[in-house]
Amino acid sequence: MKSDSNLERVLAAGHFAVTGELGPPRGANLETIKEKAAHLKGMVDAVNVTDNQTAVVRMASWAVSLVIKEMGLEPNYQMVCRDRNRLAMQSDILGASALGITTMLCLSGDHPSFGDHPQAANVHDIDSIQLIKMVSTMCEQGRFLSGGEIDTPPHMFVGAAANPFGDPFELRALRLAKKVAAGADFIQTQCIYDFPRFTEFMRQAHDMGLTEKTKILAGVTPLKSAGMARYMANKVPGMSVPAEVVKRIADQPKDKQAEEGIKLLCEQVEQLKTIPGVAGVHLMAIEWEHRVPEIVERAGLLPRPQL
Amino acid sequence: MITAQRKPMEEIFQSVERFGKILLLGCNECVTVCHAGGRKEVAMLASALRMGRLKQGSPLAVDELTLERQCDPEYAEELALAIDKYDAVCSMACGCGVQTIAGRYQGLPVLPMVNTTFMGASERQGVWAERCAGCGDCVLGLTGGICPVARCSKRLFNGPCGGSSKGKCEISPEVDCAWQLIWDRLKQLGQTELYTRIMEPKDWRTARDGGPRRIVREDMAI
Repeated sequence: MKSDSNLERVLAAGHFAVTGELGPPRGANLETIKEKAAHLKGMVDAVNVTDNQTAVVRMASWAVSLVIKEMGLEPNYQMVCRDRNRLAMQSDILGASALGITTMLCLSGDHPSFGDHPQAANVHDIDSIQLIKMVSTMCEQGRFLSGGEIDTPPHMFVGAAANPFGDPFELRALRLAKKVAAGADFIQTQCIYDFPRFTEFMRQAHDMGLTEKTKILAGVTPLKSAGMARYMANKVPGMSVPAEVVKRIADQPKDKQAEEGIKLLCEQVEQLKTIPGVAGVHLMAIEWEHRVPEIVERAGLLPRPQL
Repeated sequence: MITAQRKPMEEIFQSVERFGKILLLGCNECVTVCHAGGRKEVAMLASALRMGRLKQGSPLAVDELTLERQCDPEYAEELALAIDKYDAVCSMACGCGVQTIAGRYQGLPVLPMVNTTFMGASERQGVWAERCAGCGDCVLGLTGGICPVARCSKRLFNGPCGGSSKGKCEISPEVDCAWQLIWDRLKQLGQTELYTRIMEPKDWRTARDGGPRRIVREDMAI
């Protein structure tokens, strides 16, 4: 094991992994974190703690990661390249590792124009692939990006994101290959609704030998309503939601749409298990943490391995 | 070229309200080409200022002049004899021109009439787009002649983020995805292997992050 990550152990033991997600609060409020985290405990192998997602200010992802770690969950500490330069990123990685964070996810980050501070400077000192390589080098070679020696190197199980639905499609597996070459131990994908495209992406990744070198967790998000399905289909950049998926949810009466969304998700999980190279699922139940126990139960993902 | 846009009229009127006589100073270089601060724009703004102030009941005397190149001390010298007549110089040049004039005539207010915007090229009549961020270490040879620093909204060096959709950037359907353009061109050039290499973190010292930059050419010094 390269780290003390529960997710690493679960994947290494060959289990079909499950990760969840928790969005930090827009305030110095520990209670909402604890409430959300309590729903996830025992339900997932690690919990992604988002880093100012959609470029909106929230409590620091390292702080929330520590809070849920103390509660006995494993945080997957997210870090975006939008808000920090290489100095701040490396110092945060050292601090996170020293305080027991073992798993992290390296991302570019949504553009500030989407968020609550569109006036902000858009840092992007390094990009997500350079971040993956920087963390890997810190952990494995004990060196900063500058080449300087780290006296006690951090240990991280390093993750990255992949969006099979972004364009150009032919670059998606190649970009994944770069992330793997940079040192990504695991990958979490964008939410999948377009199975033909995802299957083709996985076929390419598999053929390139990438599924041997990294563990790919397929992203799933329960559709809570027809409105959400339409929003995902039309408003979220780099997302592909087929018309029949939107129709399936919209055809239900309003009070049955959430139930249909969960049914669809359970079917998706079954289908994902059959795709070669899919090592688990990343469940992004956006502001629906309290439904996670029911969802993972019904999707046949319980009990989670205790390793 | 350096592109610029005239400031909003309200801001311009406000910035000159305490003056009675100004020199409106254009530049015959970049701002002429992008129709922001050449002879023609100087004439138009001068008329607007005169009329506006006349309507307000506090007339403003505006002299017009367009220098060959405002960012060059040699041309800035042309103002030396007449400059004392004015309460202020209102420059329609880019920030480089404004500072050259302000540096030469220290006792006189020199005000910008345009917002200097970016280094860009003309896409078609009336449309200019950013092309260069002046980072000081050009990578165009590795990226199919399309700059990821100036043209990717996240200045990514290793390919498109997940927000690239149908050739457009996630920030706006009006903005091309630089990495779609780079990929298309690399394919056209038969250089797709360039994409597979990881581009290492950039040394931003050659850009503005290293502090204000200068070029010193000993061989050119007189």
